[in-house]
Amino acid sequence: MTDDHVDSGRRRLLTVATTTVGLAGAVGLAIPFAGSLSPSEKAKAAGAPVQVDISKVEPGQQITVEWRGKPVWIIRRSQEMLDQLPDLNAVLADPESEADQQPAYAQNAHRSIKEELLILVGICTHLGCSPGYQPDIGPASFDENWKGGFLCVCHGSKFDMAGRVYSGVPAPTNLVVPPHQYLSDTVILVGEDGGLV
Amino acid sequence: MSFIDWLDERFPATKVWKEHFSEYYAPKNFNFWYFFGSLALVVLILQIVTGILLAMNYKPDAELAFASVEYIMRDVWGGWFVRYMHSTGASMFFVVIYLHMFRGLLYGSYRNPRELIWIFGMVLYLAMMATAFFGYLLPWGQMSFWGAQVIVNLFETLPFIGGALSEWIRGDYVISDITLNRFYAFHYLIPFILVGLVFLHIVSLHKVGSNNPDGIEIKKGPKGNKWSKDAPADSIPFHPYYTVKDLMGLVVFLIVFFTIVFFMPEMGGYFLEQPNFEPANPLKTPDHIAPVWYFTPYYAILRAVPSFAGTQVWGVLAMGASIAMFFILPWLDRSPVKSVRYKGPIFKFCLTIFAISFVVLGYLGTQPPTPGLTLLAQVFTIIYFAFFLLMPIYSKMDKTKPVPERLTK
Amino acid sequence: MRLKFVAVLLVLLPAIGLAASVPKMKMDHVEIALNNKTSLQNGAKLFVNYCLSCHSAQYMRYNRMAVDLGIPEDVVKKNMIFTDTKIGDLMETTMNVKDATTWFGVAPPDLSLIGRLRDPEWLYNYLRSFYLDESSPSGWNNVVFENVAMPHALYELQGQRRAVFKTVTDADGQTVERLDHFELIKPGKMTLEEYDDAMKDLTNFLVYLGEPAKMVRTKYGIWVIVFLLVFGALAFALKKEYWRDVH
Repeated sequence: MTDDHVDSGRRRLLTVATTTVGLAGAVGLAIPFAGSLSPSEKAKAAGAPVQVDISKVEPGQQITVEWRGKPVWIIRRSQEMLDQLPDLNAVLADPESEADQQPAYAQNAHRSIKEELLILVGICTHLGCSPGYQPDIGPASFDENWKGGFLCVCHGSKFDMAGRVYSGVPAPTNLVVPPHQYLSDTVILVGEDGGLV
Repeated sequence: MSFIDWLDERFPATKVWKEHFSEYYAPKNFNFWYFFGSLALVVLILQIVTGILLAMNYKPDAELAFASVEYIMRDVWGGWFVRYMHSTGASMFFVVIYLHMFRGLLYGSYRNPRELIWIFGMVLYLAMMATAFFGYLLPWGQMSFWGAQVIVNLFETLPFIGGALSEWIRGDYVISDITLNRFYAFHYLIPFILVGLVFLHIVSLHKVGSNNPDGIEIKKGPKGNKWSKDAPADSIPFHPYYTVKDLMGLVVFLIVFFTIVFFMPEMGGYFLEQPNFEPANPLKTPDHIAPVWYFTPYYAILRAVPSFAGTQVWGVLAMGASIAMFFILPWLDRSPVKSVRYKGPIFKFCLTIFAISFVVLGYLGTQPPTPGLTLLAQVFTIIYFAFFLLMPIYSKMDKTKPVPERLTK
Repeated sequence: MRLKFVAVLLVLLPAIGLAASVPKMKMDHVEIALNNKTSLQNGAKLFVNYCLSCHSAQYMRYNRMAVDLGIPEDVVKKNMIFTDTKIGDLMETTMNVKDATTWFGVAPPDLSLIGRLRDPEWLYNYLRSFYLDESSPSGWNNVVFENVAMPHALYELQGQRRAVFKTVTDADGQTVERLDHFELIKPGKMTLEEYDDAMKDLTNFLVYLGEPAKMVRTKYGIWVIVFLLVFGALAFALKKEYWRDVH
């Protein structure tokens, strides 16, 4: 019997080494396979940052642009709307915008770079419906003390004029502020902030 | 209780592992020719995986198909790699299968008691050809379109039903969007049937046991080796001995495979044909059309047979017969021995001539027909058929060598 | 005996094959160098300025070209995109297919894959072989691609030439028409040598355009093969180790 000559240490070492290298190869092969499912150049081109001319947006007016297939709202808030914001803190879930739903430059009282210009991804943080714009201050069918904001008709989530979520509604977090930057006073670029923080 | 015990009570995991790997006893003298079975299985798996990934970006629509392939080649991350693996894999699958089949011819692996393994294998081969044929239309290039056009028109030559049959296959009067859509469905479906057939192929193989380069039935010989007292003396367990050996073969194969994928994906126009870089145009036939190389031996036979009695059906029948020959092969070989090692000079000569004729026909099928080449194709078509049809005679009269009791090296 | 006969046949086969249609001139060789960024950039410039107005490259994106060829994106935006097309867009043509069909008789084909459909040598010689021909509808003809519908888009660079043909007897004893030489009638902005170099760059770019992945695949390929050689050495050692039991 040749069993006496078996160098089991060497055998185990070679088995482990071959298996390891083989598995590494399999992982290497899986990278392009899995990678082929990531967004393609076509998807990236379609989801490229969007330039928006905001010079024609009147106070209180909302315009909607598409970025990565999602509605992005641009609203020029009136002074009256802005004045309401601090008073609402008591009824909001996250008045200080502590949850990571906005870039650092929009983590402030008005959740925007320029005080009056609100930029939001118009998708409810509950289950993805697009909330409606309800700017009129005053009693509404869904809220006696409505101060203006957004109402999601799917499940009744409410947001204020800074996209902050009310407490006690299905949506858990504030509306998302997308990365954006001002190319000039009248043009913004949605989807790309040039690394601003 | 270990997980394996838990599993074994509910599923025969250990039993299957033992029966088909660690206690499947295979002859110990497998040589180079025995790598191609396991390689074929690996290529099949690679084709299915890359194919599914391609399907996620491909569009089976005459307006969009060509562009979606270029989309994969340019816009999808790693798409070119997946696509070249698939296109190279298609051709390499046939390379591997042709060598695997030739192994069967060399060592008489088709003979009693392995006729059914061979038949399953031939059905596999047919299913593979169908998959390749359906798949070749999908890029919707000029070669795709006109190749499919010519092949489907073959059915038109059949008497009475021909016209209706080819229209039924296409679902249209020409190859069209409708045809592309159904070819895509078949191209996606048949590989899974292939997997089922591979299962049957292997189950029947493991029932009777593997043949070997000596063509000796080791199960009839003495019993007992150092792994088992009941196993044939000249056998070794498949695992670990053939798993590690096949792994080695696999790496060598992958070196060849990836050399093609990365450095010569067109393979000189044999794996990816130049006219196929132009979108299908039903109004303009390329100067010269030929099927992909793995179909060309049969295509050459088709063209070699002249039309007479007012019909071209004879060429189509000859082509069908040339494949049917393989199915009846187990009953054509009357030699008292299986392996070419102990067969006489006549068989060796015939097998050599046959192999040459297959390669030459393959070459001729890629060339435009000229009177000289057609004559040559006719000569080799006759040799091709003579190899099979005369086998009952020459295999019997051949002078064989005595077969040893035990396996040689 | 018969084996020998077969062997002889095998050797003769390629010679028996049908001779491909012979071009009317000697085809000059062109060297493709995808690692030559300067050449590719120059080719891209020529392509965008002279080809893209009629032909599209509808599977190619500007930003992909910018990255692969090392051209900064703002340079591409400023010097290569003449419409409101975005940098991530496909290289479509501004001319519409219907107009083109009226002007040229056929729609100019998309050029994304021309570098794979045609050999580089063919492209290089084709681009250099236009000549004035009053009998053709466009006023131009081409020695490599006879009766091509396309006029000489680059004549302001190459100048205007006339082709002089001669009749010769070929190997099969047939009399055929072959190009003798070109006659320069009106020089262009470039000398003929400069023009040839420019066409080398353009051909180089067309080959790149046909398969952008070609730039990277050979690089990856080397690493994959090196990996497999290491893996193969291990697998070989493992097999040897186990098979000591058998022998």
